[in-house]
Formats: sequence, structure tokens, C-alpha cells
Amino acid sequence: MDVLTWLIPISLILGGVGLLGFLYTVRSNQYDDPEGDSRRILSSDWDDHPKP
Amino acid sequence: MSTATLSACPACSAAPAAEDIAARAALKDVKLTLSLPTIHCSACISTVERELNAYPGVHEARVNLTLKRAQVDADAAVSAQELIHVLDQAGYEAHELDPSSAAVTATDRAGRDLLMRLAVAGFASMNVMLLSVSVWSGAVDATRDLFHWISAFITLPTIAFSGQPFFRNAWAALKVRRLNMDVPITLAILLALATSLWETTLSGEHAYFDAALALTFFLLAGRYLDHRTRAIARSAAEELTALEVPRAWLIRDREETQVPVSELAIGDLIRVRPGARMPVDGEIVDGTSELDRSLLTGETLPVPAGPGTGVSAGEVNLTGPLTLRATAVGQDTSLHRMADLVAIAESGRSRYTSLADQAAKLYAPGVHILSALAFVGWYIYSWDMRTALNIAAAVLIITCPCALGLAVPAVTTAASGRLFRKGMLVKHETALERLAKVDTVVFDKTGTLTAGTPVPTNLDQHGRTAQSVALALAEGSSHPLSRALTVALRDRGVEPAALADLTEQPGYGTEAQWNGQRVRLGRPGWAGDAQADGTAAWLSIGGEAPVAFTFADRLRDGAEEAVSGLIGAGLRVILISGDAERAVSDLADRLGITDWTAGALPGDKAARVAALQAEGASVLMVGDGLNDTAALSTADVSISPASALDAARVASDIVLLGGDLSPLPSALITARQATKRIRENFRIATIYNIIAVPLAIAGLATPLIAALAMSASSITVSLNALRLR
Repeated sequence: MDVLTWLIPISLILGGVGLLGFLYTVRSNQYDDPEGDSRRILSSDWDDHPKP
Repeated sequence: MSTATLSACPACSAAPAAEDIAARAALKDVKLTLSLPTIHCSACISTVERELNAYPGVHEARVNLTLKRAQVDADAAVSAQELIHVLDQAGYEAHELDPSSAAVTATDRAGRDLLMRLAVAGFASMNVMLLSVSVWSGAVDATRDLFHWISAFITLPTIAFSGQPFFRNAWAALKVRRLNMDVPITLAILLALATSLWETTLSGEHAYFDAALALTFFLLAGRYLDHRTRAIARSAAEELTALEVPRAWLIRDREETQVPVSELAIGDLIRVRPGARMPVDGEIVDGTSELDRSLLTGETLPVPAGPGTGVSAGEVNLTGPLTLRATAVGQDTSLHRMADLVAIAESGRSRYTSLADQAAKLYAPGVHILSALAFVGWYIYSWDMRTALNIAAAVLIITCPCALGLAVPAVTTAASGRLFRKGMLVKHETALERLAKVDTVVFDKTGTLTAGTPVPTNLDQHGRTAQSVALALAEGSSHPLSRALTVALRDRGVEPAALADLTEQPGYGTEAQWNGQRVRLGRPGWAGDAQADGTAAWLSIGGEAPVAFTFADRLRDGAEEAVSGLIGAGLRVILISGDAERAVSDLADRLGITDWTAGALPGDKAARVAALQAEGASVLMVGDGLNDTAALSTADVSISPASALDAARVASDIVLLGGDLSPLPSALITARQATKRIRENFRIATIYNIIAVPLAIAGLATPLIAALAMSASSITVSLNALRLR
């Protein structure tokens, strides 16, 4: 059962990292245009190099 | 003052420089927002962004397909007009949006707030669920207590943060001594937390931390869906308002200045250019022109106007510039008085109780009584406070309206999304339910069934010469009939004749010299001695007998499909118009409408709708003008096209974004399906309760059963809603 003392904090920290990541995406307006983002992936603009 | 700045106060002389810097800073960059109603695909995004970014002076342009808008960062030298022209060349319709309107710039704070709370609840419930699974699968003694304690430490702060929307609503309802859906939710969450904590301190077996969190998570998901649907509809509706920037040209000391309409006073002289709307009620002091009164009265024929003619706010000046003296401004204008009719007319929406409210009214007291009875019963039976409280909490958690909270928003989100893709904007949350009940449809004519734009009907009767002279004359004017004639003749490949000395006589027509002869296109009495019946422009060439170009109002796209579809679906279709009898009966015949009324006053329309309702009919009103607004708000549910007047759009529940009426019949079908799904969802939620509640009351419910019942019912309800697509 000693393994729990490691596993529980690890699972909480991993989950917390995921939560922080999500909060970052919300704060940086990444859910403002779900419709457009699902279409942009199909366009071939900026396929060769990233947008400057 | 200017002499004082020389020496006395150095700060004063510095001030102009500071102003200059500020002005230059303002010049540096502008943020423009363009509305792009026609974009729909990934190719549209690339083209629009490429065109805009290639335009000199534009720093960055980004398209938002969800809102159908483009945000442009550019030098101050770039004007929205130029960008609109560029996009027009590329084949995309664009409009500038008023940047001062809050809807355009503000981000959706409430939505983001809900999303944060939803994310935190989701994170916590997943972690606690993991711990709970180990308890269910047999963790005992110290391990179980440890898991319960960890769960408690995750759950308490999460509920304190994520549960706030429910706590606030419940408190607001209790303060005015009412019950709403949030009261049992709050009670269930708090009671579950309290008993679980108590159990944990006593090393008990059952803790409902996971259930409290799952409940919060599912309910927040419902709230977020609901909010999102309405936020999109609201921002699009506000966008229509932002398209109209209310400004007027005020003449003061022989100079024209542009001022907001709200600053105009009685007695002010106001210049109204051709194509502009009258900002106030007034009297013409200078200029002759024609007025389009169709939005106010439904009349299609332009009315001649000259010095002394009284005008009402909302009328459109067609041909010549006019100078008005204001006789009534702001709230006192006839436009506003008519809009006030709307406020007086009892609104169809306020009378309607939504399905969710009906369910809540039955549900909230029922749950409380059931839970209280379970508590009292078990207390009398066992004289054990702990058991009784545990069972009462289990009953509340299991009956808690997870599925009910999702039942309505999941369906309305799916249905509104479907209608939005067809070009219909559902503004009001119960609009779909009311639309599903409709059995009578009342249409307005001008601007609703007809596009409000004339098309020439007898071009073939005229020779090539007459056509080319008429085209050349028509191009010299912005009168609607001239513009219609220009478009139609250009489409036929007619070349304009070479004219000299082209002048426009406002209110009459255009005149020019052609091969030494005087040619005129315009009103019957002026371009020729003929008397006209219906809408026509007359062409006279030199001494020849004048000939008439006749016009008919063009049907709005999809009007025939819409009317025949509605009649085919067994609905009663009625046409009520303020226009002349002949025009109305022609249109009614063309569309196959047997029940029509002409020459109706605004009050008549509302009265007719009210009379139909008194007979037990459920009325859908489709209209666009000010004369329709009272009827729109009296009707059970109302639809207006995007071209409608502001007041009419505000009064209606659904706005048609495109010019096309054909989605109307399918909207009714979608609404009926949606209401059917909502009822089905309620039934599913009830069935789960019927199975799980007896278990809870009998004291057999475990946290596992509660979690299963809750998740299963929520998922079934959401999947059922998705079937709508």
C-alpha cells in the first residue's frame, strides 16, 4: 500500500497540470471560433512553414 | 486665451503638443470589425484573410467563422469602406459594425466564467471518481478513510467555486419566497456534503462526494450549453443593430455637421440625403423628392414630397436632398409612439410557461416532500439521526435533476444550431416550444413576402433605342425604379445611349439631350401627359408619345415554397397588408392564399391576431415593418427578416438572417421534433427516478447506485437530444 503515497499525489498533479492547461486555453481565447478552427485544419495555407 | 499661453503658463502651450501626440497615437492603428454574412467554408476563410492581409496598410486580419466576422488591425489611413470594396470584388458581402456597440468588442465573460467552473468541476469529479472506484471495489478501514478524506479535500473547495451559480440563483429565489430548480439542487449538494463529511469523521461506509461533484458537473454542462446557444443568438441580433449607426446631418450657421440623432432638438434644420432615413418627425422646408413609407404603412408606391410636406421618422428619402425642420424628436416621434404600441400589447412570450418551468413546478416541491418524508419515516422507525439523514440525502441526490437540467438545453442547443445553419436565429429561449404549437400563420406583404424591390415587367414591349435611352437616363438617378431598370437592362446587354446635359429633377425624374432632342424618364405627369395605373416610369423622347416601363414588386426568394409548404403542412395561412387592394389580391392569387386583407392599419393587424387567438388558434406572425410590430408581439411566436426595422426585429422571437423565406416550413418541423425530444427526455428522466427512488427510500441506495443512475440518465438524455441532427 506504500505505493499509494506516490500514486495519489502523482495523479492529482497530472490532473492539475491538465486543468491549468485548459484554463490557459480558455484565457487565450481558443474557444472563440470552434466552427472556424474545425475548417482551418483543412486549408493548405501555412502547411510548409508556420505563420510568421 | 491664446495670448496668455505665450508666457504666463508653459503648461498651456505644452497642452496642444500633447493633444497632437494623442491624435497621432490614435492615428497609428485602428481595429475594424466587419460582418461577413455569406462566409461558410474553409476556402472563404483563406480567401477573405488573403485579400485583407494583401491590402496595403492592413497589419493583421482574422476571420471568426462562428460569428461570421473579421477583425482587422490596420493603419488609420485604411477605411472600412475600402476593405468592404475589396471583399466585394472577391465576391463576399461585407458590412462595417459599429465599434462602440458592446456586442462587437466585449468577449463573452459570463460564458468564460461558466466554462472555468465547468472545467474545475470536471477535473475534481474525475479525481474523486477514481478514488471512489477503489472504495467501491473493496478498499476498507484506514485505506477507505484516507480515500474519503482526500475526496473531501478535493470536493469542498471545488463545490465552493463551481457551485456558485446554483447557490446564487437558489438564494435569489428563496429571498422572494419562491422555489426554483436551483433550490433542490443546492439543498442536495449541501446535504450530501454535510452527511458525507459526518460519515467520514465517523469512518462510515458511504460518502457521496463523487455524486455531489458529478451533479455539479452535469448541471454546469447544461447551463453552459444553454448560455452558449443564447449568447450566439444574442450577439448576432445585436450585430444587426450595430449595423445601423444613428447619425444625422445638422445644419447650423450654414454649415453641415454630423451629430448623433439623440442630440437633435425641435426646430433644428436637418439635411437628409437621398437614400437616408428620416431621423425625426418634421416638415420639409427646402427641396423636392419622393418618400418611401413602406416600413411604416406597407404602401409600395413612393409618395411625392416638397416644401410643406410633413414627414415621419423612419421614412426613406428617395431622390433629392431635403432640408427638414424638426417638429418632434426622440421619444415623441411617430416611430417611437408606434414602437410603444408594442410595449402595450401583451406579449405572447410572457404568457407562455416553458416546459422546463412546468416540470420544475411539479418537481421541486415533490422532491422536498419525498425527502422529508423519508427522513421522518426512518427517524421514527429507527430513532437514529445518522441513518435518517443519510437516507434523506440519498433521496435528494438520486432525484436531483441532472437529466432534467440537461433535458431542455441539450435539445434547444441542437435545434437552434440546426436552424442557425439554415439562416434562422432563435432569439428567445422558449421560441421553439411556442413555434411547435403554431396552427395559423399570418404574413405581412411588403418587405416580407415581397422583397420590397421593384422589377420591370414589360421590357420586351420597347424597342432597342428606347431601351438604351432609358438605360442612360436611369443610370443618372438613384431612385429605386431607376436602379431596378438599370440592373434589368444591363443584364440584357443593352448599351446606354450617349446623352448630354443629364440632370435629375428631384421628385420628377431625369432629363437630358439626345441627338438634339429632349429626353425624359420619370413621373407620368412630367415625362408625358399619360395617367398611370400601378407602378411605372415613363419615357418620352422628343415629340414622340411617351411609353411606360411598368414594375411589379419582386417576390422574396423562397416565398412561394414557404407558403405552399405551410399550406401543404395543413396550416392556415393569412395575408394582412397595409397596401392597396389590387396589389394584395394579385400577390395572394400568385401564392395561393385565399384569406387576405388589404389596407389594414397597424392596430387592425394586432386586433386580427388577437381575434384569431381568442378563437383558440396559435398564431405565427411574419412581418418586417413598424406597422407589424404590435402584431408581432401579440402573436404567440413571431419571425422577422434581417432587413426588417429594428423595432420589428426586437419584437420578434426568430430572425431570418438570409433573404430567403424557404426554411420556414422546415423550421416548424424542427421545432416540433425538438419539443417531442424534450418531452421524451423528461420521460426518460422520470423512468430513472421511478427505478432509483424506491431503492433510496428503502435505504438500499449506495453511492455506486447513485453514480450509475445519475450518469446513465444524463448520457441517455444527451444522446437523445443529438438524434435531432
